[in-house]
Amino acid sequence: MQVSSDQVWAWLSALPDPEIPVISLVELGVIRGVAWEDDTCVVTVTPTYSGCPATSMIERDIEAELKTKGIEKVELRRQLAPAWTTDWMTDEARAKLEAYGIAPPEPAGGPKRCPRCGSEKLEKISQFGSTPCKAQWRCIDCLEPFEYFKCI
Amino acid sequence: MAGKLDNPSLFEFLLRMGDNTLILGHRVSEWCGHAPVLEEDIALANTALDLIGQTQMWLGLAGEVEGKGRSADDLAFLRDAWDFRNALMLELPNGDFGQTLMRQFLFDAWQVVMLGRLMQSTDARVAAIAAKASKEAAYHVERSGHTVVGLGDGTEESHRRMQEALDYLYPYVGELFVSDAIDTAVAEAGIAPKLETLREEYDALVGRVLSAATLSIPGGSYVHQGGRDGRMHTEHLGHLLSSMQWLQRAYPGCEW
Ligand SMILES: [Zn+2]
Repeated sequence: MQVSSDQVWAWLSALPDPEIPVISLVELGVIRGVAWEDDTCVVTVTPTYSGCPATSMIERDIEAELKTKGIEKVELRRQLAPAWTTDWMTDEARAKLEAYGIAPPEPAGGPKRCPRCGSEKLEKISQFGSTPCKAQWRCIDCLEPFEYFKCI
Repeated sequence: MAGKLDNPSLFEFLLRMGDNTLILGHRVSEWCGHAPVLEEDIALANTALDLIGQTQMWLGLAGEVEGKGRSADDLAFLRDAWDFRNALMLELPNGDFGQTLMRQFLFDAWQVVMLGRLMQSTDARVAAIAAKASKEAAYHVERSGHTVVGLGDGTEESHRRMQEALDYLYPYVGELFVSDAIDTAVAEAGIAPKLETLREEYDALVGRVLSAATLSIPGGSYVHQGGRDGRMHTEHLGHLLSSMQWLQRAYPGCEW
């Protein structure tokens, strides 16, 4: 069965990021291309961080999803250049992250406000967090710690 | 001007890049579950993860260039000590937390300068890996640099330990800036910079941080060498490999 690339994109848009399930892989910006080469559906994926353990999980999820939809031959290709950047994240995804309690990436290098109370009085706890893409911050007003999606 | 380079030289160069990050990545991962505070534990584990990720890219390309069907995993787990091409500083035991972070800083600073130049490589594959890795290296040097300043300009004891770490590690730094025939060939092909040309930028960066840390660069010109060309590793590499490689050695081809 050969469906349109648009249809494939639509299916992939429903796939959540395995570590931050409120945003989809498409919103995260890691899926760089969908194309047909003869009867093979080629999906190009770029890793967020080079050592991110989620990358192989993401590839498995994509393959499994497309096979479920009836595509027999799926090929995953890893693409390094251009390197993934948080600039590719959609505004919608940023809003979803914040609603989920993770401050979205900012070019200034730190969160703009506390995702819980909105205060701008913040302090950094650690440059690293529970996954390679996050850092730990704390709100000085509500005192809650929260995660910040690093800007790269 | 870009010349022609034979594959064995490029292979060697890629091993040198990938073995640096592999061996340091393994050393840093030894801290997992042992760091002084939870945040530092997480930071060290994440740093190790980035380094191992970079290793997959460098050694993956090395295997491709070699053309004998060896994967990044084959190169990491099935070579013995004399085939490793990492700089000696990276295989030394961790020492205390301060020494671990001092080494991290001395290497991160080199990575930042080196990867910045490699982004201009005439080999598009090398340039792509460098572009990806340099973002991570920039993040690493920010943290390791801050920690070196915090501990160097800290208490009397933390200052003493950081100065001792610097005195111990500094004679190993020079190896990262000495070109041999392979490095020269790779530089002439426009694939990598000549290592000696990185020194000025490196010294400026390292000097700035160490001075803020109230630490002094030791005198003496002796340079420990032999890791990058595989001529002579320290006794520590074999021990590291026996821990890192035991599973593949005991159960060849094992996967999960
Ligand atoms: Zn708050």
